[in-house]
Amino acid sequence: MTLVDPARRGSIPSSRVVELDAIVVGAGGAGLYAALELKQALGPKARIGVISKLHPTRSHTGAAQGGVCAALGNTEEDHWEWHWFDTVKGGDYLVDQDAAEVMCHDAVETIINLEHLGLPFNRTPEGMIDQRRFGGHTRNEGEGPVRRSCFAADRTGHAILQTLYQQCIRREVTFFDEYQVLDLALPDGPGGPVSGVVALRIATTELYSFRAKAVLFATGGYGKIFKVTSNAHTLTGDGMAIPYRRGLPLEDMEFFQFHPTGMYRLGFLLSEAMRGEGGFLVNDSGERFMERYAPTMKDLASRDVVSRSIYLEIAEGRGIGGKDFVHLDVRHLGAEVLNKKLPDMSGFIRTYFGLEPLTDLVPIQPTAHYAMGGIPTDIDGRALADASGTVVPGLYAAGEVACVSVHGANRLGTNSLLDILVFGRRAGLRMADDLGAAPLPQPDIAAEDGVQASLSALLRTTEGERPAVIRTELQEVMFAKCGVYRTHQLLVECRDEVSQLRERARTLLVDDKGCRYNTDLGDALELGFLLDCAEATVVSALARTESRGGHAREDFPDRDDVSWLKHTFASRDSGTGTVSLSYKPVTITKFQPKARTY
Amino acid sequence: MEITLRIRRYNPEADEAPHWEQYTVEAEPTDRVLDLLHQVKWYQDGTLTFRRSCAHGVCGSDSMLINGRNRLACEFLVKDAGPTVTVEAMRGMAVVKDLLVDMDPFWDKYRQVMPFLVNDMVPIDGKERRQSPEDRDRYEDTSRCILCAACTTSCPVFWTDEDYVGPAAIVNAHRFITDTRDSATEERLQIMADADGVWRCRTVFNCVEACPRGINITRAILEVTQEIGRASIS
Repeated sequence: MTLVDPARRGSIPSSRVVELDAIVVGAGGAGLYAALELKQALGPKARIGVISKLHPTRSHTGAAQGGVCAALGNTEEDHWEWHWFDTVKGGDYLVDQDAAEVMCHDAVETIINLEHLGLPFNRTPEGMIDQRRFGGHTRNEGEGPVRRSCFAADRTGHAILQTLYQQCIRREVTFFDEYQVLDLALPDGPGGPVSGVVALRIATTELYSFRAKAVLFATGGYGKIFKVTSNAHTLTGDGMAIPYRRGLPLEDMEFFQFHPTGMYRLGFLLSEAMRGEGGFLVNDSGERFMERYAPTMKDLASRDVVSRSIYLEIAEGRGIGGKDFVHLDVRHLGAEVLNKKLPDMSGFIRTYFGLEPLTDLVPIQPTAHYAMGGIPTDIDGRALADASGTVVPGLYAAGEVACVSVHGANRLGTNSLLDILVFGRRAGLRMADDLGAAPLPQPDIAAEDGVQASLSALLRTTEGERPAVIRTELQEVMFAKCGVYRTHQLLVECRDEVSQLRERARTLLVDDKGCRYNTDLGDALELGFLLDCAEATVVSALARTESRGGHAREDFPDRDDVSWLKHTFASRDSGTGTVSLSYKPVTITKFQPKARTY
Repeated sequence: MEITLRIRRYNPEADEAPHWEQYTVEAEPTDRVLDLLHQVKWYQDGTLTFRRSCAHGVCGSDSMLINGRNRLACEFLVKDAGPTVTVEAMRGMAVVKDLLVDMDPFWDKYRQVMPFLVNDMVPIDGKERRQSPEDRDRYEDTSRCILCAACTTSCPVFWTDEDYVGPAAIVNAHRFITDTRDSATEERLQIMADADGVWRCRTVFNCVEACPRGINITRAILEVTQEIGRASIS
């Protein structure tokens, strides 16, 4: 660890330069799988750098619980085409069906590859990968639940993250831990080509200019725009806000998934696997209310349906004690299932609520969980500059930060892990193919200077508001006015309040003026990213006058395929700050949109 | 309720030596110690520095010494911590700033034990390798490690011998040594049998007590020594 020169306090020196063959930003499942494929495709001498603001094993992939779906058919009949149908229907027909086809088809081979890389899957008595039920995953296009989710107890994400990180170590991928990427190098403007990223080394507050012909953003989501969320503190939408600031579009940002079973007030998840194993929801009178809303799939209907049902129960006074939560009942699952297949979940209930899942009902509420939207990409992870599909040379995105779109208006449980795996891999392979012999594009000195100037300004400011004050207000307004249910009135108020918060955030007070692990500075920078993501979300939501998947409008309660079977592209003019919207047709290849019931 | 939070602060850029600072924060009994630290950082003193991410005990970022014991700040509740909470950085690692330590030596030791499956042979049918539930159970416990360093930094042997690989690295070696799919067991056992390997353990059990995942680390260490014996590695 290098020490910081005390004389440098409050000043940011010029960038240090690191040249690489390819850059991966973000060290979750998508980034690590891409890095691994890049290294294997290009050989041991290739300079593949993974840049993360955390240590890789802290990435939020590690928090994923219940499993990853693939139609292996290990415990009962299943076909990847059934999985494809479920994904399209789950996404309320906003899914690009060619992309979902790739994902569900490639799922099988990808899961097998992960096993070969060492992933500790649970096993059947015959020694094959074990599988269990999950919400929205059905046999033969909706006949009933199917066992499709491959799992490692209830810490499947942890197992994926560890396995991929371990194999990256084995293949000698270069890691730049605790570097925060702040801008893209786009020397010729937003149309590309991309020639690298500008990053802050958190340990020393030095700027680094990482240069390469290919840059993958795999930075995850932005759940911290909401008050109650399952997301880590670090999920602040950095990778979406950076291209958005440069004038590149974000797709389908109005679609944010609220997971039904967040731990009451805390927000983090009790896995859908608790219902997959047989748990169910009850209201104040002890009624299994999902039987009324989804007669076939009941508690395993898709997440948007279950979350809205909980809201309606609460709105009609059937929350527990009239309050804003309902109960998850897992008492009948027994000690064997709770302790062996759901040990982490049982532990959360004991640790944070002091309750015993074998004997107590568990208070839950819907929690902001997953961004269906993000950087628009094609099926090889190439970022798109507009709704007509122009590629930005050198820029790639995969995982939650991207919108392929395989999740449409609502993601099915387990498909997030599948998305990061399938499209992380594909992006890595495509980057390797694209590298070629062309020279490295010019650096973007203006971007480096811009970051340097904004950091220096933050460190010089002695008056202003604390980032936390503005962030808390943002989280409250987004949760109250751009949450599970939305209306025109609420969204207009929300848009205006976000706009005012952006103004206030122009003068932020950072207490820490030092250069060593200045996480106070980091908080201020992340607030800026959150505000950008919130803006794109609320503007996109206001325009969409229909209800579809995770976007539910009380004033427009029906899906409107005539006007709205299309993807939103939100772009910000970097000069005027105006957000403009354009639209792209949905790719429909096999499944015609029809009414969605569970 | 009102909580008195005592934090051992040290910023080498500004302080000559570590010192204690005291803060008063309002908290609910069900709040986590991490929430208290955030109250201070967000609303009282932005210079307070620590790592954190998931805030519910799965990412392993916020291991620190709380009321004299290594714990994850996001897993320890106010009602269990009492009205006065003392927080300091983990022991045995260089303090970089406040509660944040230099983790590089920890990661170096992790990498030393070849923490990855070695086996490039795959079944010819293109399917998964078979492994019985019983064989898979052998590494269930150690595959749960979140690399928070709570065990290694509570180990008195590690405090006095910086070359000792420490319990976390041994846990991660065990994860692969006991995996029937792995083909580098002998190499890994050789690393474990080295002077700075598994024989340094004095079975003090601090690691077991410190592990937020409840991994039976001492048993894992014992099993590694048994494997060394079985493989006749000297």
